[in-house]
Amino acid sequence: MHEMGIALQIIDIATASIPPDMRSARVERVNLKIGKLAAVVADSLRFCFDIVSKDTALAGAELAIEETPVVARCRDCGVRWTIAEPVFTCTACQSGALEILSGRELDIVSIEIAQEESHEIGGGK
Amino acid sequence: MKLVEGNKSTREVKVVTRVLAVNERMAEQNRRRFADKRVFVINMMSSPGSGKTTTLQRTLERIMPEVRTAVIVGDVSTTHDADRLAVTGAPVVQVNTDAFGGDCHLAAHVIEKAADAVDLDAIDLLIIENVGNLVCPAEFDIGEDVRVVVLSVTEGEDKPVKYPTMFRLCDAALLNKIDLLPYLDYDKSQAIGYIRQVHPGMPVFEISARSGEGMEPWIGWLKEKISSKLRAQS
Repeated sequence: MHEMGIALQIIDIATASIPPDMRSARVERVNLKIGKLAAVVADSLRFCFDIVSKDTALAGAELAIEETPVVARCRDCGVRWTIAEPVFTCTACQSGALEILSGRELDIVSIEIAQEESHEIGGGK
Repeated sequence: MKLVEGNKSTREVKVVTRVLAVNERMAEQNRRRFADKRVFVINMMSSPGSGKTTTLQRTLERIMPEVRTAVIVGDVSTTHDADRLAVTGAPVVQVNTDAFGGDCHLAAHVIEKAADAVDLDAIDLLIIENVGNLVCPAEFDIGEDVRVVVLSVTEGEDKPVKYPTMFRLCDAALLNKIDLLPYLDYDKSQAIGYIRQVHPGMPVFEISARSGEGMEPWIGWLKEKISSKLRAQS
């Protein structure tokens, strides 16, 4: 249910990330990284995003979501493994002292902006 | 980076930022403010109907006036919880939760505003009763020192494995309504087993807020947490 708030934050961050020379440009894609332990439902996020992005530079943009697995490291024996089920004990030594290395992400990685060919692109080929 | 596709091209702009960075910054600001005022803060979360408000009432009765406490209550629309808690004599602030595009959790900026209505110089403990929900509040840091989750024996034993993010994140769990165990088929050891599986080592307090059974170990844990924060600061 909080996906609406998250969609609004994505629009704020993406809008602020459009370079000054491209203010009138349209964002075509937002690349996100969302961990399996993040409390976010992708379909719900897309649904909310489509609603709140209307009349913004992100209208019609695609949310490309890379889902990151839950990876843990045992603080006692150092073993590293991917957690597929909600069992947070070390697979090697049964210790419960874990460090979660990934799986909690809720990050905007980049935005992809449409531009006309006639535009000057610094360093373009 | 320039990606060319026919006569259209796309420019990729790196962002690399936490989506909830604004909330996280605000939560850090809250945390510093509470530390300056030497106030210990609990974020209390649960599913709806687990008996969170009654648990809070019984907790207040046992720690006040020794520990001077105020409460911030997040509720979607009613003031019932605030009314029930005001009876204990603790200052209670009720907040609206619809300011951040959803009715499902408290965000850091909501707490910042609510804390303005609390005399932080006059309290040692601030308990924030979050909205009854085991999903959304887990994603929003509000500047608390500890997170506590309340669940009850009238729910499914598998709540901890259904909501692992919440149970991983919390520092203690209260298993409420144990006075009802004789009337239920609830498998308590399985439920506690699931909590241990998701968060090994987290303290689990078996309580009945209604009868008062089991409240003392929880109150003891809480007092110890409060005094260890104050000791660390002085």
